[in-house]
Amino acid sequence: MSLLNLTLAQASKALHAGEVSATELTTAYIKAVEELNPRLNAFITPTPELALAQARDADARLKSGTATPLTGIPIAMKDLFCTAGVRTTAASKILSPFVPPYESTVSAKLKAAGAVTLGKANLDEFAMGSSNITSAYGPVENPWKRTGSDAKLVPGGSSGGSAAAVAARLALAATGTDTGGSIRQPAAFTGIAGIKPTYGRCSRYGIVAFASSLDQAGPMARTVEDNAMLLNVMAGFDEKDSTSANVAVPDFTQALTRGVAGKRIGIPREYRLDGTNPEILALWDQGIAWLREAGAEVIDISLPHTKYGLAVYYIVAPAEASSNLARYDGVRFGAREDGHDLIDMYERTRAAGFGPEVKRRIMIGTYVLSHGYYDAYYLKAQKVRALILRDFQQAFTQVDAILTPTAPSAAFGLGEKMDDPVTMYLNDVFTVPASLAGVPAMSVPAGLSSEGLPLGLQIIGRHFDEETVFAVSAAIEKAAGFNALPELRAK
Amino acid sequence: MATYTLEGRTGTWEIVVGLEIHAQVISESKLFSGASATYGGAPNDHVSFVDAGFPGMLPVINAECVAQAVRTGLGLKAQINLESRFDRKNYFYADLPNGYQISQFQMPIVGTGTVEIELQDGTIKHIGITRLHLEQDAGKSMHDQHPAKSVIDLNRAGVALMEIVSEPDIRSPEEAGAYLRKIRQIVRYLGTCDGNMEEGSMRADVNVSVRKAGEPFRTRCEIKNVNSVRFVMHAIEAEAIRQIEVWEQGGEVVQETRLYDPSKGETRSMRSKEDAHDYRYFPEPDLLPLIIEQSWVDELKAKLPELPDEKRARFCAEYGIPFYDAGVLVADQTTADFYETVAKGRDGKLAANWITGDFFAALNRTGASIETSPVSAAALGQLLDLIADKTINGRIAKDVFEEMVETGAMPAEIVEKKGLRQVTDTGAIDEAVTKVLADNQDKVAEYKSGKDKLFGFFVGQVMKAMQGKGNPALVNEAVKKQLG
Amino acid sequence: MSLDAATVRRIARLARIRVDDAEVETLQSELNAILGYVEQLAEVNVEGITPLSGGAQMALRHRPDQLSDGGIAEQILANAPDRVGNFFAVPKVVE
Ligand SMILES: [Mg+2]
Ligand SMILES: [Zn+2]
Repeated sequence: MSLLNLTLAQASKALHAGEVSATELTTAYIKAVEELNPRLNAFITPTPELALAQARDADARLKSGTATPLTGIPIAMKDLFCTAGVRTTAASKILSPFVPPYESTVSAKLKAAGAVTLGKANLDEFAMGSSNITSAYGPVENPWKRTGSDAKLVPGGSSGGSAAAVAARLALAATGTDTGGSIRQPAAFTGIAGIKPTYGRCSRYGIVAFASSLDQAGPMARTVEDNAMLLNVMAGFDEKDSTSANVAVPDFTQALTRGVAGKRIGIPREYRLDGTNPEILALWDQGIAWLREAGAEVIDISLPHTKYGLAVYYIVAPAEASSNLARYDGVRFGAREDGHDLIDMYERTRAAGFGPEVKRRIMIGTYVLSHGYYDAYYLKAQKVRALILRDFQQAFTQVDAILTPTAPSAAFGLGEKMDDPVTMYLNDVFTVPASLAGVPAMSVPAGLSSEGLPLGLQIIGRHFDEETVFAVSAAIEKAAGFNALPELRAK
Repeated sequence: MATYTLEGRTGTWEIVVGLEIHAQVISESKLFSGASATYGGAPNDHVSFVDAGFPGMLPVINAECVAQAVRTGLGLKAQINLESRFDRKNYFYADLPNGYQISQFQMPIVGTGTVEIELQDGTIKHIGITRLHLEQDAGKSMHDQHPAKSVIDLNRAGVALMEIVSEPDIRSPEEAGAYLRKIRQIVRYLGTCDGNMEEGSMRADVNVSVRKAGEPFRTRCEIKNVNSVRFVMHAIEAEAIRQIEVWEQGGEVVQETRLYDPSKGETRSMRSKEDAHDYRYFPEPDLLPLIIEQSWVDELKAKLPELPDEKRARFCAEYGIPFYDAGVLVADQTTADFYETVAKGRDGKLAANWITGDFFAALNRTGASIETSPVSAAALGQLLDLIADKTINGRIAKDVFEEMVETGAMPAEIVEKKGLRQVTDTGAIDEAVTKVLADNQDKVAEYKSGKDKLFGFFVGQVMKAMQGKGNPALVNEAVKKQLG
Repeated sequence: MSLDAATVRRIARLARIRVDDAEVETLQSELNAILGYVEQLAEVNVEGITPLSGGAQMALRHRPDQLSDGGIAEQILANAPDRVGNFFAVPKVVE
């Protein structure tokens, strides 16, 4: 069997057993990147030399007995995590020359655990998008194909490069960030698993900010177990992030075998939106049946305000983004366009440096915060956001976890749904509410569409109860027995 | 209280002024980063990635800056808000690295308070404090370092400031000056800001409007970043005169930001109307609400130093000195401490007279400060002791003091070395008196024929003969006796 | 609420993004579509609701007042598009 087909857990075992070296495993992945990245564009900046150096260190650690379960595991780092000495672009032109002199907390933790970084993964520019078409470094291609069609599909976004890399065997796992669904939706579109932890679980220090009150880092990998192993390392209190929670990090892998017997699973009736793809609804029903069979109690719940989630999100996230992206002004770092005075320099730099989607969101954000509109838009959105949180809090007095579809459709074609921004935004309709409430949520591959594309189910848990999310996700994963593979993959 | 007014062509105008004082917090490190908050430093040396607004950098608040704001709030007799919040104030400027300033807009840490000011004529007036909030300072742009470029130093970017906003209670340049000095005195006492206006650690935005008696407020203009008490007073007057002219010529004063040009003694518009600012304030999502405990506030309150108003009252009561003198002595903490060291256990009035008289004069003359003064509080105290125990008399004390200023020696030493001890030996005094009377027979005759005034002459001559060392009371007595 | 072209220009200026006439037109229709979508929030009754500004449910943590950063001017300036000595440099500002 090819080394590339091992899961992270299997690879970890093989590395520790000495059946394979980190250098061998890394070399296999570097070759895979060389072979397929020109086609998929999953990496903006591959770092093979760095990866090999890290692999050699990993081999030394494995020999000396100081290895961790992640030592020697080749991963892709979303190019939103600042990496010391390695260019970090956020998929934007404006950061194309930027080499951070510092390391993000999450990437530092992974490095310290001995993970090997294959390179910086592509994404939507500044993580703004649901299809990875807004990257200034070109779109990422989904390694999956519709049955009998060669049309290029999107991998979802914004962590589209991370998702495509993991699905196509260009990396064993990847880091992602999720602001409104940016881990879960691409995971669903590419047939892998990914979790957005509780807001505050992973440090945001060193991650290029999109919307500060929503951004959360998380892992993306082929199995639920692999995700748990990664989150064990990525999570944890960080005094450099004031929103980082000083909450103990349990061993998430311990939760995987808990099962769901006796667990109460909520099914929010408002997620049965009119016009939802019947395939998606059928998969959802299937998931409900699986959990029931595994001994869970299924309870009909109401999250009455979640239908306003997207509207709230498309006020709050752009508002924060418009402010977070003000620092890209061509003065201290990044690209600059010359101008005849300071303001002209700013305006030209930002006009040339940002792509259309980023500009759109900055404009919306600027508008909703501007004088006379703040109360009508931003303040109103914050109040509805409070109601959305309250919905979840009330639901979690009745249930232990919530099951929903991850996305309203399977992966779509490059060029589809692109006529207007609102249609594109609807991709996040199921994922956004959990982001607004700050609760953990995971997408697990659960089946194939009639066109042969992967579909995911979303499991939402209480604040800081990722363990139940993992337990339920593992149960779904087991019942689904999802083992389909994308057409484009390294072998 | 004399009302300050300006005469225009159409009548009498009064002025309405409110001040926003930016006071730099005394702390080791910055408000949201661990870089040095110290003034100066090589360019961009006191700068962390957080201060420079690098991607992914996040603010973490400095506990001491919060404590300093609370102490200042307590010093302003203001309400301390146990829950406050930070907001982002968004605008682009080259020395504002993030494109926003972290400030407190909707929920400041300190609410309403009040400050007492004293005017020249002795009137006491209360100026209301609207709020005090914490915010970051910006960096510094310099426009004269390069022919074609402005250059930026971020050393100050992120240093903690307290913005102290007054009510529009100020009615004259004098009141504004007194208010500013009072705030400076309070923060210096508290040790929360060094009040150094030359280095910019304290500067004021001045809101000025004018109106006719009995009218509601008219449009105000804000004069930004005025950096001395004198300039604040001048700027108010210049701006008020300008506004009166505008109104009287049938124009409208437009609300705008202006700059004071001290060299021309006038204010001028800073930004065109087209660039009117829209700061788009919103809650800073990288920070959570700032919650403090009442018990912690109480602790800080218990450890607060005595403030100038209280100290002044106590000095009057405890040492029996006039209110005015007490005001002079509490002007700053060092003077007050110096006074108390000298006055403790001694004649408080005498101590006050020496300090406000000879001591201040000596400092003025030598250009020294209390800290560098050659005369320590202990030395001055010893001098007063020598007077009290009659080792020397008051006249000799003046000479001893001058010697102290010159040499820095202790008074007892000087007295011993120079043999200045007061003569209380009545035999020696009698002898001197006898000689003086014998030498001035004619004057004695005049005295005896009724020219009482000559008594002082004899005393003076005796003192002179004794090189000033005679005990004045004993000399008086002896002269009186021998003159019969 | 619907955005006119002048407002789009004003917002672009506030956001310091240069836009040409064609862009103004596109942005105007896109922004109006988004604003039209979020208009639905008008129907939610939020009386008495405290606005929620963040995902984290806790109070702010403080750090001790210690000197722990700075002294890295070279790293601070390493990415600068333009510099004069150890200063950042921008087109001359006339105040
Ligand atoms: Mg101000
Ligand atoms: Zn201010």
